[in-house]
Amino acid sequence: MKILGLIIAVLTGTLLIYTTSDFPSWGDPSSPASTHLSPHYIEKTLEETSVPNIVTAVLADYRGYDTMFETTVIFGAGVACFFLLRVPRRKEPVERLYRHTLTGMTLRIKDLDEVPENLDEFERIDTLWAPYDLIIKTVCRLLIPFIQLFALYVIAHGHHSPGGGFQGGVILGASFILLAVSYDLRTAKERLREKLGGILCAVGVLIYAGTGALCLLLGLNFLDYSALASILHVDPITARSHGILIVEIGVGLAVMATMIWIYDNISSEGKYEEGL
Amino acid sequence: MTWQLDIPILTLVVVCAIGAITVKDLLGSAILFGAYSFMMCLLWAIMGAVDVAFTEASVGAGVSTVFFVAAVFRTTRRTKD
Repeated sequence: MKILGLIIAVLTGTLLIYTTSDFPSWGDPSSPASTHLSPHYIEKTLEETSVPNIVTAVLADYRGYDTMFETTVIFGAGVACFFLLRVPRRKEPVERLYRHTLTGMTLRIKDLDEVPENLDEFERIDTLWAPYDLIIKTVCRLLIPFIQLFALYVIAHGHHSPGGGFQGGVILGASFILLAVSYDLRTAKERLREKLGGILCAVGVLIYAGTGALCLLLGLNFLDYSALASILHVDPITARSHGILIVEIGVGLAVMATMIWIYDNISSEGKYEEGL
Repeated sequence: MTWQLDIPILTLVVVCAIGAITVKDLLGSAILFGAYSFMMCLLWAIMGAVDVAFTEASVGAGVSTVFFVAAVFRTTRRTKD
C-alpha cells in the first residue's frame, strides 16, 4: 500500500512538473493574465477605490465574494473542531494541585468536596506541567500588549501596507494563545470566555455578509461598497475604501476567535480544564 | 529572479518537506513543517508577494505549528507506521 501510494505521488508530481513547461515564464508581461485583467487593477485601483495597496483592494473589493467564503471556511473549521472535540458534560479531574504562592509548596487535594472557594494565598496549577517559571510569565506578560497593538495596526493599516484582516486576526489570536501557553488555559479563558469567543466568531462573518447585504438593500450589487456612501456621508470612492476597512475588521474578528477556539479545543481535549 | 538565494532556499524546502514526512518523532515533524513554512515564506518574499509571505509566516509557521504541538501533546509522540 505504501509503495502504491509512492508510485501515485511520484507520477502525479512528474505530470505536474511536466505541465509547468507550458506556463508563461515568471513575470512575463505578455502572458494572458498580465495583458487583460492585471493592467486594469494596476492602473485603476487608486482612482476607483482610493486604496494604495492593490492586493488589499483586489482581495476585499474586486474579489470580495471569494474572501467572504474564505472567512466562512475558517468559521466552519472552528465549528468542526468544536463538534468533534468538545466534551459537553464537564468531568472534574480526580485530584487538583494547588501552589502556596509565598513558600512555593505544592498541595495535592484528592477530596474535591472540601476545596474552599476563596483561596488568597494559593493558586491552582495543572497536574501535568507544574514548574514555576517567573521569567517566562513576566516576559510574555510584557510582550502580549505589544503583539496585540501590532495586530490591530496590521488590520487597520492593510490599505497602505501588507497585511489585513487575516494576518492581523491570526496575530491577535496568537497573542491569546501565548497567554494560554505561558500561564494556563484558565487564565486565558478568564480574559476571553468560551461563549464570547464563539459569538465573536459568528459576528465576524455576520459583519462581512451584513455589509454585503446592506449594499444590496441600498440598491447596488452585493458587496459593492460605493452604496455605503449615503450612510457614511462620503463620496462613493472613499466609501469603497471604508467598506474594505469594515469587512477587514469582520475578517479579523472571525479569524482571531476561530484560532483561539481551535487551540482551546485541541490543547484541552475539549474539556477546557487543563491546557498545554 | 535572484537564483543565488533561490537555489539554497528551494533545496531547504525540499529537505524540510521530505524530513517532515519521514521523521518518526511527530514533534520533530511539526517543527520541520514550521521550518518548511518559513522557507516558503522567504520564497514568496523574494518573488515580491509580500502579502502572501506575511500570511504564510503568521498562519503556516506560527499558529499551525502551535496546533500541531498541541495535538501531539494530547495524543502520542511516536508515529505508528
